[in-house]
Amino acid sequence: MRLSPDELILWQHGFVTLNSTIVTTWALMFAMTVGALLITRNLKTEGDISRWQGFVEIVVTGIQQQIKEVGLNHPAKYLAFIGTLFLFIALSNLCAIIPGYEPPTGSLSTTSALAISVFFAVVLFGIEEQGLGGYLKSYLKPTFIMLPFNIISEFSRTFALAIRLFGNIMSGTMIVGILLTIVPFFVPIFMDLLGLLTGMVQAYIFSILATVYIAAATRTRAA
Amino acid sequence: MDSMTIIAIVSIICASVTIAVGSIAPALAEGRSVATALNALAQQPDASSTITRTLFVGLAMIESIAIYCLVISMILIFANPFWNHVITQASAR
Repeated sequence: MRLSPDELILWQHGFVTLNSTIVTTWALMFAMTVGALLITRNLKTEGDISRWQGFVEIVVTGIQQQIKEVGLNHPAKYLAFIGTLFLFIALSNLCAIIPGYEPPTGSLSTTSALAISVFFAVVLFGIEEQGLGGYLKSYLKPTFIMLPFNIISEFSRTFALAIRLFGNIMSGTMIVGILLTIVPFFVPIFMDLLGLLTGMVQAYIFSILATVYIAAATRTRAA
Repeated sequence: MDSMTIIAIVSIICASVTIAVGSIAPALAEGRSVATALNALAQQPDASSTITRTLFVGLAMIESIAIYCLVISMILIFANPFWNHVITQASAR
């Protein structure tokens, strides 16, 4: 049994290896980009808007609202990063209803890449908001004794972010795989349904945690 | 018993003990936090969105401990480094 879609190699030439994770990620990126281009080709501000525009407006304003509620006062600035995280993870988990599809989020390499980008985004947004000195000074709070713990927590939460998403999605596909060998007729469908629910919840949690981390890094002293 | 059998037995027992013991504490913690959140929701229905969001984030934090245990036991069963080491040694001989 495969632990992750990394081990399914589709094409190999020299040191270049295309595994299932990379190809699925590319397909999702392609679908999302083309979809976004098609939907935003003719946006209207008045009259009857298309159904797809309504859908995208709901999604975008929903994400904006969530970012604002966490405590970031200029959601438009963070919308691109957090919205992309949420939409990519949600789509890659929801596509699990397609037969033969293996979610790229069930591979530790994808989730580590997402978590590392969150790690750098927190640092960059923090420096942008508070300046380099102000951001570095936030590691010394409340006292300088907390410095090593603050640094450890920075790395351990990145690690936790990656492992959480990987573990949830991997265990979902793994449980369905194991159940298929025991009770192949009806029960795996319910586990698949549960997997879809966990997938959406994990997408929400990943992006909300990224937002919380960014909000903690960009909080100015006055607030 | 040769070393392969011992490694297999120890890995399987460790994997089951890891997931069994490792899910006790997160289960208790999640029960407590959901019960407290329900109390808070019953007292202040207006703050439901904030409470629900904080609850989800907290549940994710607690759940990640159980997920760590799951990952460890999965590694012990499906991608055991000791087992692979013994296999490569046996095949080299």
